[in-house]
Amino acid sequence: MQRRQFIQSLSLASGLILPLGHQAWAATSVQAAGTGGATSAGSAGGATSNRRKLVVVLLRGAVDGMNVVAPVGDSEYLRLRPTIGLGLPGSDHGAIDLNGYFGLHPALTDLQSLWSEKKLAFVHACGSPDPTRSHFDAQDYLESGTPGRKSTQDGWLNRLVGALPGQSSPTRALSIGPVMPRILSGRATSTNLAAGAAGTRANPLDKPAIGNAFDQMYQNDPRFAQVYQDGRDAHKQVMAASMDNEMQIADGGAPLPNGFPDDAARLATLMRNDPNIQFGFFALGGWDTHASQGAGSGQLANRLKPLGQGLATLARRLGPLFNDTTVVVMSEFGRTARENGNAGTDHGHGNVMWVLGGGVAGGKVYGDWQGLSTDQLNEGRDLPVTTDFRSVLAQVAERHLGLDDRRLSQVFPMMPGRLPAWNLFGT
Amino acid sequence: MQSNRRSFIHAACLQVVFFASLPAVGLAAAELSPPQQAAHVLNRLGYGARPGDLERVQQMGVQRYIEAQLDPASLPLPSVLQQRIDAIPINRQTTGSILGEFLAVRLQAKDEDEQRKQERRATVARIADETAQIRLVRAIDSPRQLEEVMVDFWFNHFNVFSGKGLDRALVSSYERDAIRPHAMGSFRQLLGATAKHPAMLFYLDNYLSTAADFQPRAAVAKGAGPKAKASGLNENYARELMELHTLGVDSGYTQHDVTELARMLTGWTFEPRQLVKNEQTFRFNAARHDSGDKEWLGRHVGNQGQREGEFALDILAQHPATARHLSTLLAQYFVQDEPPPALVERMAQRYLATGGDIRSVLRTLFFSPEFMSPAAVGSKFKTPYQFVVSAARAADMPVNNVRPLLGALNQLGMPLYGCQTPDGYKNTRAAWLNPDALSRRIAFASTLASGKMPLAHIPDTPNGDGMGQRQLERQAEGMPTMTGNGRSVDSAALDAVPLLVTLGPVISTRTSDTVARSPQALRAAMLLGSPDFMQH
Repeated sequence: MQRRQFIQSLSLASGLILPLGHQAWAATSVQAAGTGGATSAGSAGGATSNRRKLVVVLLRGAVDGMNVVAPVGDSEYLRLRPTIGLGLPGSDHGAIDLNGYFGLHPALTDLQSLWSEKKLAFVHACGSPDPTRSHFDAQDYLESGTPGRKSTQDGWLNRLVGALPGQSSPTRALSIGPVMPRILSGRATSTNLAAGAAGTRANPLDKPAIGNAFDQMYQNDPRFAQVYQDGRDAHKQVMAASMDNEMQIADGGAPLPNGFPDDAARLATLMRNDPNIQFGFFALGGWDTHASQGAGSGQLANRLKPLGQGLATLARRLGPLFNDTTVVVMSEFGRTARENGNAGTDHGHGNVMWVLGGGVAGGKVYGDWQGLSTDQLNEGRDLPVTTDFRSVLAQVAERHLGLDDRRLSQVFPMMPGRLPAWNLFGT
Repeated sequence: MQSNRRSFIHAACLQVVFFASLPAVGLAAAELSPPQQAAHVLNRLGYGARPGDLERVQQMGVQRYIEAQLDPASLPLPSVLQQRIDAIPINRQTTGSILGEFLAVRLQAKDEDEQRKQERRATVARIADETAQIRLVRAIDSPRQLEEVMVDFWFNHFNVFSGKGLDRALVSSYERDAIRPHAMGSFRQLLGATAKHPAMLFYLDNYLSTAADFQPRAAVAKGAGPKAKASGLNENYARELMELHTLGVDSGYTQHDVTELARMLTGWTFEPRQLVKNEQTFRFNAARHDSGDKEWLGRHVGNQGQREGEFALDILAQHPATARHLSTLLAQYFVQDEPPPALVERMAQRYLATGGDIRSVLRTLFFSPEFMSPAAVGSKFKTPYQFVVSAARAADMPVNNVRPLLGALNQLGMPLYGCQTPDGYKNTRAAWLNPDALSRRIAFASTLASGKMPLAHIPDTPNGDGMGQRQLERQAEGMPTMTGNGRSVDSAALDAVPLLVTLGPVISTRTSDTVARSPQALRAAMLLGSPDFMQH
């Protein structure tokens, strides 16, 4: 540990950025055993261990992955989805061609440049091995990281925060929204920030008289002292980090639509100004499209548009920091391969996971895709899960964040045996 | 200043003397003093004490208080409150007339004319505003506190989201006609009322669900686009009916049971035009019904039309898994986040023995030693709704404008009628305690106590409707408030001395000591923002 810190400070002092996998101390960490063969690199040459960032976006309600990354090149696709299927690339409201077989939903046009720059990848037919079609159980498993086990108390993102070396800080893990999500609850300190402008506005506690009075009342309270203090500390840091308007200027100061794009821009500013912020989390709702979900336009398109816009904004406003950032977008399960009688889709199984970032080997659709014929579908109705969502997250944890194998098993204690051969972060 | 401090300390001492010196009597909980018991039932059966409540409950006795709350008809609404509710127009409107008004302006919205758009916004805002007013005015002022708690509990249990299409217009009647009349009655009737209300039929899509081979008239026309049409099965309601409303997720049903139940419920629908024209809130459309045989939960179900759905509701309402599921949820809400298993079991037995009589199950709960135990007292972290309503009650300020309260609920993550998902809001500490929440609750307490929250009158806003997210939040944060003629409408700042008396044993000695040492102007805010007031 001391040796690691010494080498880190050495590389800091010399301004040396070592390439991934070549740190001098890598040999001293627990050897990667069978998890894809890459080194379990540490914090990848960063000056501080908080340098590598992860942002997770959870789409609550089960987004229809088959219309996000649609197999438009498959003759079965439009047979299964005659009214809601996306048209071929080039047609009116048609899909955006990805690789001649898959097409991206046209509402995600803001992500096109990230795809062509090979900074955006997808993993298809991905999800949880647990067969539940309950939103609430499936989200619970996605957040606890232990499918099938309800007794897990904490979330995997919280365990990941605790397992990584790095500076503990009230803002190290930040969720945007009024409640603390399951994924971030647990022992490691994490905090949450109101969505919208309210998140970076002053509050009455900023007035010294009021702040002091409440500090006194809460400081030794056995129930709330810790969470109160976390809130006070995080608010101070966030207020300091949000002072800077540099990013707004860099973006031409164009106002963003309310909601996710605006919140994503705010997070980017905070991350640039406060180097302690390492993890960000968003949850977005409204994906449960049982009826009239639309095709190239309509209900789903209206939800995807601000999502794509926000992700592109986040990438842009992070600036050089995007090189050190991975963004994961996931949802509790996919939807039925066939459209239902109401131009919508019901609860399914496999889905698509989105991974973007400067270090992502993008421009590819990963996964084990088995086509759309009925005998290949799960229970004859949904995409199967051929890649466990945890094996994608494990690659992010190991190859992007430098988590070692031993600690990986603390974050995901019930990892699946079969791991994908591909590597989301290149070779 | 000095004398003010003295009077606060005097009140604090009185609290201690008055509340601690009485011997504990009655019920099973010898450990709880009578004032503690009184505060506990006020907190849990209702939204906390208003001035005088604590004394009143002690005088009548906690047992009699519970019995009275279980029989709301025995508690007349004060005429002022009744008049106020009667004066809210939407309360007198039929379901069809509200929907008709909404559909009329929705058509107009396609018109680009600015004035038409304004009319639309005003109508939508009026519907939302009046619906919320009825709920909050009752929660704050009604002596039938338990009824209000149960209305909120069941609305949340059978949640619909007011932001989804027609439900903007339908939630008001959903609460009034489907939830409220059955809040303490028969669960089977409550279940049936929600199943047949257009708000639920629309929210969980059952209104569209048909037999797989059903061909709607004149539909499937070319170029009709991917709009919802009723030409096939939709599983949405059937799944949530078993998972959330009745059996519970781990009760052993399968995907096949979901599909079969959905088939049994095909044809349960409503037609907006018929609803507007002749108040037909529910229709069984036999042409849409799947007349094939079904195998559901191990039972063979032949073709019986609408009766299949009624049969399903009968079976579900009487199922032991439902009894346990509902008892667990009630015990979690009223007793502890981790409900005591023995109590849940007794409640479930009571449920089954009484054919699902909600009042009987509640009686078992409230007269249990588990409920009236020191372990239960103060163990629940208030939901934002409980926090905001209890603060408004304790503060005893006249609330003619509920918008600041709605704004606070938005900020705290619990917008009224705004839960998007059918599982409703949780009520546990894990769900609501977080760093941002405490700061925001304290901010709310500070603004409320300062008298700057415009509760007395609706302030003039540049944009007439005033129900936008930001406008609500500004009111919650205490915007400068002027009436049309420029008079300030701030209420007086809240006095900490009577507030302390109102709250009684809820406020610990430790807290009141800290408050007494603090500047007078902050004391009321500190009481409402104290650790003690965060929980109940």
